[in-house]
Amino acid sequence: MVEKDMQKMENVSATERVRNVKTFVPRVDIFENKDSLFLVADMPGVDEKTVDIELEKNVLTINGRVENGRIKDATMMYSEYEIGDYERVFTLSDEIDRDKIVATVRNGVLRLELPKAEKVKPKKIAIKAV
Amino acid sequence: MFNPSLWRFRRYSNAMPELLNLQREMNRLFSSVGQKSPEDYPAINILEKDGAAVVTAELPGIDPEKIDVSVSGEILTIAGSTLQETFAQGETYLRQERGLGNFKRNIQLPFQVNSQAVEARYEKGILMITLPRIKENLPKKIKIK
Repeated sequence: MVEKDMQKMENVSATERVRNVKTFVPRVDIFENKDSLFLVADMPGVDEKTVDIELEKNVLTINGRVENGRIKDATMMYSEYEIGDYERVFTLSDEIDRDKIVATVRNGVLRLELPKAEKVKPKKIAIKAV
Repeated sequence: MFNPSLWRFRRYSNAMPELLNLQREMNRLFSSVGQKSPEDYPAINILEKDGAAVVTAELPGIDPEKIDVSVSGEILTIAGSTLQETFAQGETYLRQERGLGNFKRNIQLPFQVNSQAVEARYEKGILMITLPRIKENLPKKIKIK
């Protein structure tokens, strides 16, 4: 992996934000099996109370709010990363069964399971011998 | 290569991430492009509080048991490995941006650390290590008669 990829990427969006903090694009892994689509996002500093997931039509928005992690009475001496919120938007191609979405946050990693809707699941078509 | 001394930026802490980013970009331009540099992971912040250094690092999704923090003299070492996803046969990533495998980073501190009193906490994917200075090394106040 190149050096640049290991640093947090700042989210440069066209819309202005209300909260005066920087936003970052969380790094994600996406994989699927025949039943569901999985999305795993690195969002250090986020817990289950501060993450918002929204699915509108086929646009999935992930939002993570990071409380100011500043330590009291401490002075910054050296800094390589910045603290800020997370936001990322995905367009999903498959139809998702939105009632069965499962989301968990553990150790700053968001894990989303997006089950595919019955009608788009691949069906094996049996070929009859004539 | 052209690493900044840890403590030089003290006065301009707000501008530091920007400056370091610029420096990283410059280094990348002049060094072999695309080369891996796992020794720069994880990114760290260092703060000072009551004579102790507090090192924080963003390490999302790592088993706390598998983070190895050790101190010897004035060198702090953070090592560990990220969790690997297990796949059933035929499944692969559609997109992969996370995951680096193993990492190890040595950080030089400007003082000897009291290794008995080092504390490490891992919470919400953020590792925080408190490193107190050895008592004998603390600056002594000298009274003027």
